[in-house]
Amino acid sequence: MAELTQRDRMRIPRQPMPEQDPDARGRNFSEVALGFTAELAKQEAERCLQCKVPKCVEGCPVDVRIPEFIKAVREGDMITAVQEMKVKNSLPAICGRVCPQEVQCEQLCVLAKKGQPVAIGRLERFVGDFELRQRTCPLDRAEVSGKRVAIVGSGPAGLTCAVDVAREGHEVTIFESLHSPGGVLVYGIPEFRLPKGVVHAEIDYAAECLGIEINPDYVIGRTLTLPELLETYDAVFIGTGAGLPSFLRIPGINYNGVMSANEFLTRVNLMKGYKFPEYDTPVKVGHNVAVIGAGNVAMDSARCSLRLQKARAAMTGTEPGEVHIVYRRSREEVPARAEEVHHAEEEGIIFDFLTNPVEIFGDENGNVCGMRCIRMELGEPDDSGRRRPVPIKGSEFDLTVDTVVMALGTSPNPLVFIDAEGLERSRWGTIVAEETEGRTSMPRVWAGGDVVTGAATVVSAMGAGKRAAADINRFLSGELNPW
Amino acid sequence: MYKILYKEVLSDVNKLMIVEAPAVAHKAQAGQFVIIRVDEQGERIPLTIADFDRDTGTVTIIFQEVGKTTIQLGEMDEGDELATVVGPLGHPSEIENYGTIVCVGGGVGIAPVYPIAKALKEAGNTVISIIGARTKELLFWEDKMRAVSDELIVCTDDGSYGRKSLVTEPLKEILEDADRDVKHIWAIGPAIMMKFVTLTTKPFGVPTTVSLNTIMVDGTGMCGGCRVLLEEGAQFVCVDGPEFDGHKVDWDNLLSRQRYYRSEEQEATERFEQHRCHLDAAMAEEAG
Repeated sequence: MAELTQRDRMRIPRQPMPEQDPDARGRNFSEVALGFTAELAKQEAERCLQCKVPKCVEGCPVDVRIPEFIKAVREGDMITAVQEMKVKNSLPAICGRVCPQEVQCEQLCVLAKKGQPVAIGRLERFVGDFELRQRTCPLDRAEVSGKRVAIVGSGPAGLTCAVDVAREGHEVTIFESLHSPGGVLVYGIPEFRLPKGVVHAEIDYAAECLGIEINPDYVIGRTLTLPELLETYDAVFIGTGAGLPSFLRIPGINYNGVMSANEFLTRVNLMKGYKFPEYDTPVKVGHNVAVIGAGNVAMDSARCSLRLQKARAAMTGTEPGEVHIVYRRSREEVPARAEEVHHAEEEGIIFDFLTNPVEIFGDENGNVCGMRCIRMELGEPDDSGRRRPVPIKGSEFDLTVDTVVMALGTSPNPLVFIDAEGLERSRWGTIVAEETEGRTSMPRVWAGGDVVTGAATVVSAMGAGKRAAADINRFLSGELNPW
Repeated sequence: MYKILYKEVLSDVNKLMIVEAPAVAHKAQAGQFVIIRVDEQGERIPLTIADFDRDTGTVTIIFQEVGKTTIQLGEMDEGDELATVVGPLGHPSEIENYGTIVCVGGGVGIAPVYPIAKALKEAGNTVISIIGARTKELLFWEDKMRAVSDELIVCTDDGSYGRKSLVTEPLKEILEDADRDVKHIWAIGPAIMMKFVTLTTKPFGVPTTVSLNTIMVDGTGMCGGCRVLLEEGAQFVCVDGPEFDGHKVDWDNLLSRQRYYRSEEQEATERFEQHRCHLDAAMAEEAG
């Protein structure tokens, strides 16, 4: 085929992602987005204009070499595509699935002006999935340095930091409190959005290539403390995320059936509650579910609820029931990724905007049976710049619900701070760390990801892990000692 | 993986296991717990650390077979391995010299009260212990409790051993005896027992510490499934406890939360036992 002109490239429409049918997928936990075929990937890659000054890269927290890898995909040279990718991103199969590309790389793509940016995320996933099958480019490792680094937490920040530090030849040990590595990638994000097989394959691959040791069942703060790690390791990176759930301060939160999104999602995802009784951990979902909040975690909770309801309906021959997202602001302010909101609506989730719960009711057995809400209207902008929701007097009404899932954001788990008084924290409980390098107030300790920023995205945590790794590598080489 | 080094059948339904878990043993203190998982399909359940040995790197767990997970655990043998043993979790007991204290252990709760009684004794307290169970068969560790107590009272609900009474009766008598001057009480056992212990002690104004065993998933503060209502609001048993001032606990809420997954637990247990019957039958057929 003759080389296309820029004009030709701009005429190619953005290739749609093959997806499971909304009705069918409501009844299973299999992945919704099926991934590009080789033909779709090549066609989409042809759309990239190979800008001399690629704007897209500026939008990427880990600086993926976007034009370079896309060019290789276009040319059908997947080995080069993988190599270009892995220079900056060791977990592309994960990022391609969960990054909010529409506010990052794709937002800055020159084609975005016409509403049709190159589908960078989908292409990234295509390259990542290819590599998990083919394993063409084992990550290479520098000569063994004899230096040891401990990584606390095996979520996106910790994993990324581990990989970049291990590549320099340092000996890396990851400590994970749960029984399976991956952090929020395994306990939080559901199978239908990020298959656990992909997460484990990506982690195992990187750990094998780089000799990274992963110790599950270690709660730092309890099993070992930070000062104890510093006795054995030359540097420590804390990437423990924001694992502590928040509950609304309203009456009735301790009735059975009121739970944090963390509990609900952990039961479903990490413990595979959706496969009960094949797996031992049960998860209960009511006939009418209210999920409070409208972030990605709320969407995940709602979509898991819907699947569990439909599974029950299929088994018992009853009506599945309803799932409501109850959000105190309006559609405009919804913080979830656009694709997640779109998928949730497609699957039949009901959105109650400008609605705020004021009380939860329980029956004589202590089980949730209803929730009183009040209508809200938007007032003046608040500190976040968003218009502040204010209650409309006398607008209370009752929802009949038997499950309430609170997806109201999370804060850092303080266990890691036991015996670590020298580690400075903010009044929100996050670690105070330098934004660019992740250095904390405690010598030889770095931190990054949600434990520093509060709940954010997978890829921003990866970016923080990457920057901290670069600084740790400079420190271990003797190039600098900032303390 | 965490190897089972020793197993002892304490009674029909209560079993003891010594498990290899050096990192946990290294840090364990009285009052703390571990989360265990039997196998890859298993659920995470909290079990109190009944004893530990830093030199051999082992922890002792004692459990009552009440559902699928604990029945399955009870069928495991020395040499078998658990998929998860993580800890030590929760705050340790506040051990100091109070003077005279009472330790109450009910049923399988005798196991977690033992290390506390032992530590309190070592701290110089006069330790009065009351252990009780529904019937003689369910009692264990009388000798061990006697060894760390200045006085030991044993009771059974049905009178098959020791005194025929609930643990609250001798407790009340001790509190009524002004000469004893009890300064603090620890009570561990079924929630309903702890509820009645706190009702018994409240009129006397003696601080009563209870160790709560609620439903948990992670055990590190992440899920909040273990929340308990106290006078001051909801707290997490896993990270704020497991010990609490028993006089502040909303026991009825606690009891109702413990029942929430009962139908699922029954389903899992029945399915497990059915499966086991099929297996036994198949093996018998093969052998025959």
